[in-house]
Amino acid sequence: MRQTPGEYFGNVGRTVTSFWHGLSVTLSYLLRRPVTTQYPDRTPLPVREMLPPRYRGFLEVDAGVCTGCQACERACPIGCIQINLEKDAANPKQRVVTQFDIDEAKCMFCGLCVEPCPTGAIQHTREFEAASRSVRNLVFRWADPANPFPVYKVDKNAEYYPRAPLGSLMRAKLEARDWAAAAPQFLPPEPPKPPAAKAPPKPAAPAAKPADSAAKPADSAAKPAPAADAVTAKVAEAAAPAPKPAPVPPAAAGAAEPTAPSSKPQA
Amino acid sequence: MNTPASVSPTPYAPKYTPKWLVGLTLAAAIGIPGAILGAILLLTPIVQPATLDAITREWLGQDPATWYWRPWLGAGMLALVAFVLVNFGAIFSGMCVWYERRVAGRMQSRIGPNRQGLGGFLVWIADAVKMLLKEDLVPADADALVFRSAPYFVLLGFALTLVVTPFGQSLIVADLNVGIMYITSITALVVVGVLLSGWASNSKWALFGGMRSAAQVISYEIPAGIAIFVPVLMAGTLSMQGIAAAQGGLPWEWFIFRNPAAFIAFFILFTAQLAESNRTPFDLPEAESELVAGYLSEFSGFRFALLMLAEYGNIWVLSVIGSILFLGGWQIPFVGNEVYANLRGTGVLPSAAWFGLQAVSMAVLVVKAAFLSNVIVWLRWTLPRIRVDQMMALSWKYLVPAAFGCFVVTLLWEIAAVEAPAISTITGYVLTAGALLLLVLFVRQIFRNIAAVQGDKLDLSNW
Repeated sequence: MRQTPGEYFGNVGRTVTSFWHGLSVTLSYLLRRPVTTQYPDRTPLPVREMLPPRYRGFLEVDAGVCTGCQACERACPIGCIQINLEKDAANPKQRVVTQFDIDEAKCMFCGLCVEPCPTGAIQHTREFEAASRSVRNLVFRWADPANPFPVYKVDKNAEYYPRAPLGSLMRAKLEARDWAAAAPQFLPPEPPKPPAAKAPPKPAAPAAKPADSAAKPADSAAKPAPAADAVTAKVAEAAAPAPKPAPVPPAAAGAAEPTAPSSKPQA
Repeated sequence: MNTPASVSPTPYAPKYTPKWLVGLTLAAAIGIPGAILGAILLLTPIVQPATLDAITREWLGQDPATWYWRPWLGAGMLALVAFVLVNFGAIFSGMCVWYERRVAGRMQSRIGPNRQGLGGFLVWIADAVKMLLKEDLVPADADALVFRSAPYFVLLGFALTLVVTPFGQSLIVADLNVGIMYITSITALVVVGVLLSGWASNSKWALFGGMRSAAQVISYEIPAGIAIFVPVLMAGTLSMQGIAAAQGGLPWEWFIFRNPAAFIAFFILFTAQLAESNRTPFDLPEAESELVAGYLSEFSGFRFALLMLAEYGNIWVLSVIGSILFLGGWQIPFVGNEVYANLRGTGVLPSAAWFGLQAVSMAVLVVKAAFLSNVIVWLRWTLPRIRVDQMMALSWKYLVPAAFGCFVVTLLWEIAAVEAPAISTITGYVLTAGALLLLVLFVRQIFRNIAAVQGDKLDLSNW
């Protein structure tokens, strides 16, 4: 491939001019302000306060105005909301919400639960920072099983519902949590069923069913359940590791442990 | 919305680096290079054989000619200096990595590391500690002995050049009379190490990288070697200190401006040495988009740290060679070479004023070398990697003929300068003025580039 002298020296000239322009462009960028925003701690305000007001962050439920209609649970396309209603033991006409769990790890922030809510009890906040060591700690419990809240009676003449300031409840929850807290060891068990053979197949505790049907000592697997129920409530309150109930025999404790596949007692 | 003020009890304020950390960073940034350069300043004059003999005679009361321990004293002192110099290489390469990351960040409109101390300065110390704590892996089918020894060849090729690269007027371990020739020959050890590591890794990427490196380094040694002869011809010596002493402190007394051919030869040498040290745009041996990391692919831990040390340490060697051969080296403006000898005094050790002057000459050289290192880093984030055939064409079709041309022109120029010594002086003034003009035009070009983007302005904030 022959080159004319013009091409040869033209290449040299183009090399020099491209160096000239290239170096001046990069140096000019060295002298400009980087576009990077230094999240999270060098912004003028916390980032949650700089977001637009209708940002769809974590869901917040104000128990004070929740009617217990479960519209949000039905609207949720992925089922990350879990609501349980019971009759109050003291006052059978009063229904209480014993469980109102929202799994923010599953939530896709579509906002479909907010729309059917008659009182605006469930709302998106601008909170989005809840990194935690265990994904299970992203289940936010808005009802306390040990101390359920009564449903709200809608007053037809009311001009507004006395909702707590949006975001304040979520903020309080987030500030109280420990990001490195241990996850609850097991999911809340089902209420105990007296015939052991009809123990419901729980997806979270697959070891429980064969244990119940196969071996006699595993009959006691259902017994620690009430105690565990109370314990789980405490877990939700304080996000502390669940202490094992003291009187449980070791085989039963193994059966209640869904994460330990090697602890099948019938072996 | 109506987020109440009581939600966040303390008023929000952006966080800044705490004062103690700023102090620690500044202490490290000044203290670490200062301590290592201070050690070089104190040790290199002492390890000279004449000074050691004087110490033996005056302080130890022995006749150096018959004293049994004389070579052992010299060897011990040299081992100490070698330790200091290799540490200097490590510290320079560490700080250069940090600097390069910061510069790369800003050139790409990012920030770069900025959390570990002020400006992220301490990150290179953390990097070094991390590398030393990593497992030293040898691939299962690698040639273990060769694989393990390869980094030491590379390190040796780098560290031995520090013997003749000066730090100041008398701050040199050994001023060999073939100094620059010694450097060109000893850097060939780096190729040996790279080839060995490429071969022994038993990995196609590493082998390709090693082969490319060998082809590249051998090609570019030719233009580099010829371009080196331009200042050698002008100074009439191969010794690094002799070449620096033949120049002056002011820009028009530097070799680069004394002779138009030398002006071109400087850029040829700079380009060729960039290629020899495998820096971008010539980083084909470790082209990460083609070869993972080339010959570095299989290395980890301390051996990887050694290879990185040599790679970044070569930036220092390259910069020092460039500034000694062409940019006046350690020459202080308005201070002649005889001033040093007059200040030395008659004692066993030189006088404090002499050491002070040496420190100034060291500062001059370090500033020039730092400037050239900066250009190398800047080039890396400007130019894309070139193709293998382009790399070869650049060497054989452009740099080699140009270097030969510069060599011949310099020969003729030196003959002419004997007849009419004024031409070098006049050329010095003219080329210096031309370089200043180019600098002004370049700065203007930079500001035009900034102004060309709507809303952009010169802004050095957001660290």
